[in-house]
Amino acid sequence: MIKLTKVTRDFARRGRALDDVSFELRKAEFVFLTGHSGSGKSTTLRLLHLADRPTSGEVRICGFSSDLTSDREIWKLRRRVGMVFQDFRLLPGRTARENVEFALEVTGASRSEILPRANRLLAQVGLSAKGGALAEELSGGERQRVAVARALVNEPQVLLADEPTGNLDERASRGIMELFRELNASGMAVLMATHDLELIRAYPAIRTLELSEGRLVFDSAASPASTTGGS
Amino acid sequence: MHAIREALAAVRRAPLLTGLSAGMVALALYVVGLFGLATYNLHQALTRVEERVEVVAYVRDDVRDEEITMAEQDLLGMEEVEEIRFISKEQALLAAREDLPEFEDLFTGMDVNPLPASLEIVLRPGFRTPDVVARVANRLSVYPFVEDVRYGQEWVDRLYLLQRIGAMATMFLGGAFALVAGLIIGTAIRIAIFARREEIYIMRLVGATNGFIRRPFLLEGGLTGLLGGILAAAFTFASYLVVSRAVFQLDWMPLDWILMGIAAGTVFGVLASAFAVRKYLKEV
Repeated sequence: MIKLTKVTRDFARRGRALDDVSFELRKAEFVFLTGHSGSGKSTTLRLLHLADRPTSGEVRICGFSSDLTSDREIWKLRRRVGMVFQDFRLLPGRTARENVEFALEVTGASRSEILPRANRLLAQVGLSAKGGALAEELSGGERQRVAVARALVNEPQVLLADEPTGNLDERASRGIMELFRELNASGMAVLMATHDLELIRAYPAIRTLELSEGRLVFDSAASPASTTGGS
Repeated sequence: MHAIREALAAVRRAPLLTGLSAGMVALALYVVGLFGLATYNLHQALTRVEERVEVVAYVRDDVRDEEITMAEQDLLGMEEVEEIRFISKEQALLAAREDLPEFEDLFTGMDVNPLPASLEIVLRPGFRTPDVVARVANRLSVYPFVEDVRYGQEWVDRLYLLQRIGAMATMFLGGAFALVAGLIIGTAIRIAIFARREEIYIMRLVGATNGFIRRPFLLEGGLTGLLGGILAAAFTFASYLVVSRAVFQLDWMPLDWILMGIAAGTVFGVLASAFAVRKYLKEV
């Protein structure tokens, strides 16, 4: 489903953000990607949805290779990969439903199916009652749920989440985690970047990868006896 | 359909921003419109003066009709010549009396008509240049019955110089105004698109194709340019009315100039949008 092979990413000013990173994610697997700020988590996620390209090595995701996929073809990959962020990135001035409808419309859903599908997606993330609320009127947890509903419009095979609980309180974070686990249980692979060790420890069965200064320093699948990360 | 809906929705969602963009486009094109109005009127004035360029050959009193007829046929064979008018001595005197009524006493007291007959040669448009006028004058002067040829060489030279200065000014100033208008339009559209960069981001994120993302913005840019162009035409027309009523009568520009200006605004709007969107399409 996801495979990074000896991936290195160098930036002109920042220097090396990822250094010879390799790992694999199987279908329907749930993985935490952790590490301190600047360890390379967000860079990894950007490479995975081809917002960026590796300096060397190869990223493969849902059958798309960073070496072979042109910029013009990225949209095909994006329809198989959902993405959520710490800052939600909802469109202000639009309701929760309109945010989801917007994603449906721009990905080519027919007019007749947009509204029922948007309602179904909002129900899936537990927001049936909040569809008509403006994005800015929702709580952090609710906004993240709208962002997840939007990420699901293409029924993706993989969900990439970049610090999705970073702006949420503990209760909302747990709620988002449960939502991710439900999605994962339905067959969707989830790669969630987080530096919240409490959250990671709360789910010891979930595989954890740890990055430090751009290098993969821990994989719980390879060292199952270790506790999460060296931290 | 999505592109049209989104473009109209964008106008509805941010009418102030769209209005400001269209206003900036309108002001930029208004300057071009005023320049166009001035250029057109200068061109019209010079054309009216140019129409008066003609070569006059004064002929001897003893010239025979056959000689005049042969000369007329000969001259009409020249591609530069549009029309030849023979003015007899009597017609010349009549014209002089009409043109110079203050000398009526002098004309009445004359026993002999002192004015010569003449051939007035009207040149075709495009041939009223100093070298053509001189060539036709030289051709006339070889006829034995021609006493003198006049065409106001200095006057024709000055007119020609003025026309060339006008053409150069039109080219350089018009080009500069169009460039400045283009930059202003580009900036106005970029501001409008900057305000919607988050939408572009989301569209890219969920897998909309570049063409799908681009289309509503191109349409919106075109609409802004079109609206700005129409407003600019209206402002220019208002200025024309004010000047014509309060200062001096102007000629209004032909419809194709107006349509070209509005089309240019629309095209600028589309191009500026394409350029601005391209930047954001590379970001995600």
